[in-house]
Amino acid sequence: MKSAVIVFPGSNCDRDLIVALRDVTGRDPALVWHRETELPSGLDLIGVPGGFSYGDYLRSGAMAANSPVMRAVKDAADRGVSVLGICNGFQILTEAGMLPGALMRNSTISFVCRDVDLKVENSQSAFTSRYDAGEEIRIPVAHHDGNYTADEATLDRLEGDGRIAFRYSGEVNGSARDIAGIVNDKGNVLGMMPHPERMIESAHGGTDGRRIFEGLLEAIG
Amino acid sequence: MKARVYVTLKNGVLDPQGKAIHHALEGLGFAGVNDVRAGKLIELDLAENVADADIEAMCKKLLANTVIENFRIERAQ
Repeated sequence: MKSAVIVFPGSNCDRDLIVALRDVTGRDPALVWHRETELPSGLDLIGVPGGFSYGDYLRSGAMAANSPVMRAVKDAADRGVSVLGICNGFQILTEAGMLPGALMRNSTISFVCRDVDLKVENSQSAFTSRYDAGEEIRIPVAHHDGNYTADEATLDRLEGDGRIAFRYSGEVNGSARDIAGIVNDKGNVLGMMPHPERMIESAHGGTDGRRIFEGLLEAIG
Repeated sequence: MKARVYVTLKNGVLDPQGKAIHHALEGLGFAGVNDVRAGKLIELDLAENVADADIEAMCKKLLANTVIENFRIERAQ
C-alpha cells in the first residue's frame, strides 16, 4: 500500500499518522506539503491529519480545504483512491465538500481531550472491515470543533445508506445522532473526529485504532 | 470601495458560543436578554471593478459555510 500524508501549516498529528502508517504497512508514507498541486503517482491512500491548519482561522479546516493540494486530493478521491481524514482532517474534508455536513464548536464550548467509547456502526467499508458491526472500541478525541451537524435529510440519508462508520457511545460534543465518523457515498473517503493513530500499540493504552490501517492494508494490499 | 460581509448561523443551528455569552450576561445581572446569536463581520477593501456577483462568490466559496451559515453583503461608500 502506497500512502501519503498531507501536511498543512499547523498540522500537528502528521507525525503520529506517519508512524502508524509505517508501522502497519511497513512502508514510509510520502509527505506532501499543502502548496503542491500534484500528488506522488500510484497512491492507494491519502491521510489528512489532525491539527490546527492555518490556526483554525475563519473556520476549522476552511483555509486548508481551499489550499492547492486539495484539488489533487479531490481528483484522487474521484478516481477511487482512499482518503482518511482525522480530526482537523475530517473538518477539512467537510469544508472541501468531500463529505457532507459541518463540524461546529462543541456544544459544551470546551475543548474535549480524552479516550471515548465508540460503536462501530458499519463494518462494510475498507476502513472498518477489521471490526465487527456493533463492536465497542476505545479511541481518544482531542478537539474543540467536533459537533457534527447536517440537515435532517442528510442525516437520514447517512443512516439509511449505512454511511455512519462510528458513533459515540456517550455524550462527547453534541454531535447530531452521536456521529463520530462518516464515509462518502462511494465508501472510499472516511472522516472521523477520534484519533485512531493514537491507539496503535499497547504503550498507547490500547490498539483499537490499529485495525483501521490493517483493514485498509488488507483491502488495498 | 468597501464591503461588509455578515456571517451568521442559520436559524435552528445550535450556537454554543451565543448560549455561553447569554449565560454570562445573565450572570452579570443583565435581565431581559431572550437569546444571543454570535456571528462574524468580515470587512473587505475592494477595487472599484469588483462586482456584487464576485463578492457573493467569495462568500459561497470561503467566507461562509453555507451548510450552517447565512451571509449578508453590505456595500459601504
